[in-house]
Amino acid sequence: MTGSCDLSVPSRRALLAAGVSFAAWAARPRLASAAGTRDPRLVVIVLRGALDGLAAVGPLGDPDYARLHGDLALAADGIRPALALDGFFGLNPAMPELARMWRAGQAAIVHAVATNYRERSHFDGQDVLESGQPGPGRTQSGWLNRALSRLDTAGRASPLRGLGVGPTTPLILRGPAPVLGWTPQILASAGDDLAKRILALYDHRDPELGRALRDGLDTDAMAKRGGLSGDMGKARGGMDQPTGMRQAALGTARLLAAAEGPRVAALAFDGWDTHASEGALGGQLANRLGGLDGALAAFESELGPAWADTAIAVVTEFGRTVRINGTTGTDHGTGTVAFLVGGAIRGRRVIADWPGLADDRLYQNRDLKPTTDLRAVFAGLLVDHLGVSPTAIADEVFPDGGLLKPMAGLIV
Amino acid sequence: MAASPDARAALIALNRFGYGARPGDLAAAASDPRGFLAEELARPGIARIDADLPGSAAALASLFEDQDRVRLEREAAARPAVAAPPAGAPPAGAPVAAGMAAAPQAGAMAPAMAAPPTAGATPPAMADAKPKPPPGPSLETRLYRAEAQARFAKAIEAPAGFVERLVAFWSNHFAVSVSKDQFVRVGAGPFEREAIRPHVLGRFADMLAAVERHPAMLVFLDNQQSTGPNSKAGRSNHRGLNENLAREILELHTLGVDAPYRQDDVTALARIITGWTHTPRDGKAGPPGTFLFRPEWHEPGAHALLGTTYPEGGVEQGLAALADLARHPATAHHLAVKLVRHFVADAPPPALVDTIAATFRDGDGDLARVARALIESDAAWEAPTTKIRSPIEFLVAMARATGLGPPDPGRLLGQLEALGQPLWQPAGPNGFADGTAVWASPEAMKLRLDLAWAVAQRAADYGPPLGVLDTVAGLAASRDTRETMARAESRPQALAILFMSPEFQRR
Repeated sequence: MTGSCDLSVPSRRALLAAGVSFAAWAARPRLASAAGTRDPRLVVIVLRGALDGLAAVGPLGDPDYARLHGDLALAADGIRPALALDGFFGLNPAMPELARMWRAGQAAIVHAVATNYRERSHFDGQDVLESGQPGPGRTQSGWLNRALSRLDTAGRASPLRGLGVGPTTPLILRGPAPVLGWTPQILASAGDDLAKRILALYDHRDPELGRALRDGLDTDAMAKRGGLSGDMGKARGGMDQPTGMRQAALGTARLLAAAEGPRVAALAFDGWDTHASEGALGGQLANRLGGLDGALAAFESELGPAWADTAIAVVTEFGRTVRINGTTGTDHGTGTVAFLVGGAIRGRRVIADWPGLADDRLYQNRDLKPTTDLRAVFAGLLVDHLGVSPTAIADEVFPDGGLLKPMAGLIV
Repeated sequence: MAASPDARAALIALNRFGYGARPGDLAAAASDPRGFLAEELARPGIARIDADLPGSAAALASLFEDQDRVRLEREAAARPAVAAPPAGAPPAGAPVAAGMAAAPQAGAMAPAMAAPPTAGATPPAMADAKPKPPPGPSLETRLYRAEAQARFAKAIEAPAGFVERLVAFWSNHFAVSVSKDQFVRVGAGPFEREAIRPHVLGRFADMLAAVERHPAMLVFLDNQQSTGPNSKAGRSNHRGLNENLAREILELHTLGVDAPYRQDDVTALARIITGWTHTPRDGKAGPPGTFLFRPEWHEPGAHALLGTTYPEGGVEQGLAALADLARHPATAHHLAVKLVRHFVADAPPPALVDTIAATFRDGDGDLARVARALIESDAAWEAPTTKIRSPIEFLVAMARATGLGPPDPGRLLGQLEALGQPLWQPAGPNGFADGTAVWASPEAMKLRLDLAWAVAQRAADYGPPLGVLDTVAGLAASRDTRETMARAESRPQALAILFMSPEFQRR
């Protein structure tokens, strides 16, 4: 491991400046994952709608923060003080579980981060975030799926399989590698006999529908073996509600923990587009951050021993304006925050080349300037945690990523 | 398929453009499939819903009354305790809408919670008159279900369903989501009836102007408090712009994200529509929940949008900008791509897109002409049936095929939610996706199977399943499907096989 990655408080420019060279990285022995002693789980949670990173993790030590972010700024004191992180940054008080994981060295925060997308459309932003392409609309496949398709399966007991949570597969997991799907159960299951007859019909008339239905039935069977058919399987709330988030996390974790289960999962939580009455402290954003916090805790408890092998990345398409708008909310911005959580994460760190919030430091005089490429974070997780080859990253997972360097040292 | 050309064309008319066949529809469509659809377009008032439903002003007024009643009850209950404000109290000066932000997700609507089969909706005023209503669905849930019931019934009873498919298309294009708050939950149904339906065979510019002034849209995309920084209110109250609606007008509603507009244009349009809000609940400015232009919130002066300068002119400034956006060539192209993708193919044939865009431009956004151009084009009929029915098309088609009687809105809403397309509740303002990859995912197909089985069990008394196959596919039915159904162990099983067959799923 390279000691330079450990970012202590005063020198938060250190990490990227001291970024490990590609050659040095490639020569580095990858002990645990490559040797197969670890059975890695990787989860990506997409927060759709653009999370206000400055209200989730506040740069309390930045002299311009409180003034610019106004009522939505976190503070070290007051009725709802921020949860202490490293002396410079504080965590939204709605996330005590994450703070606990942080103290246990199982959570890291990446700040002033963004994908390569620089416009402000949610949908294009999510497209770039999930597709891993240089721009929107380039492909119908996601980077996580392409990474799976390029994994060297030799030497593994079973190939790593993907799991899309929700009634439809998120773009990030669509693509050539076969992917399972799961969503909390609402309907009674049709019988096996009916399913067999329809599959036989599809084999004759519509193989594409046949593949999809067969995969859906397989996952359902696995979920039932894992005990998901009872209470946990029942839908309780939308993916913008704490109950829905927690339940999706419980179900996903149960499948990831299973011996023959999937190893890579993608979920999406909704409702982060806080243009009006944002409510960073006791309001809609606090409520959803609390939901996310509960979901992370649910992953931890339900994964059991597999938590030690787990890395969860919580990401969003872009950030929000540094100044609050005319309706106590924030409009679409650029730089934001990402959470890395799990027993496999080298935690208790804020990874940030902090750009500052002075007027002349903002991106286009309105947004937090992104100084870390989110794709480098993803690439670092793929390489060090799943063992995806750097060649595959450059060729296919993040094509046209330019000089994108997988961020080293994220994994214990 | 080895079907005759007529049988295939009739199937395309009903499945690609409509909501699927009822008994006799295939035969009616077979002799002149284009005429079958054109005849529906020509019926006077075809897009109107005649059910007795409250308009948005009446519906929102009853919501406000209900909220006041709940608040008074809560205050009365809390009175004995001398109240220090709870730690969670919103900061002073929080916007009015804050009180509605925490609307409960009343729409979970698992089938078990389905309302008893109602013969028509409960009139909200009557339900409100009871002093102590028994615990049951909330007012906004009752209104939402009544709207859903009317919409489902209209789709199931429509001659071909082409107009209802167009309504659903435009409603999804101008998406609002009831997950926003109680206001939008109550306003979404009236929004479709008041801003979409009157113009679905009229002019796009009129639809656009109606949509962007509708309270449901103004609240959904946060324009209702957007204030010009240099307006009277902006200078005295330190309130300012909210650019959400302006951005989505450009990106989603008109030009499309690939059109050459910039952040400056977003900001300019946001300024132009400052002061576009709805009447407050006190009723002083008119019936609560109707469009209101507040000059004292409006950013004064001329504003330049896409190179055109719009002189100061109050609400007319914004209407002029919208009228120009509706006529912009990028808008014609954007809408043509979406229409062709929805009706014909995930990868829209460019020539057909060009034809539709040209029709849109030449007719100054005449949407009836656009609809006719779509069904007159050979390309729209010849494209292979690669698309899969969306969840709502699937559910309505099953109901049309089997004549299940008046729709049970609670059940249908639950089923739609289970399949990932909850009514008027997309995850974002871009509406539901429109591609086969989304609706034919493994999980979605598994859910379709369960749903087909659930519906088939209830519809089993309807008649011989092979008769239903004749209803929905006729001579276009494959031998494989017919034989698989014939060998089924029960009527419900045969019907479920039919509902899952490629003939029924693909369009």
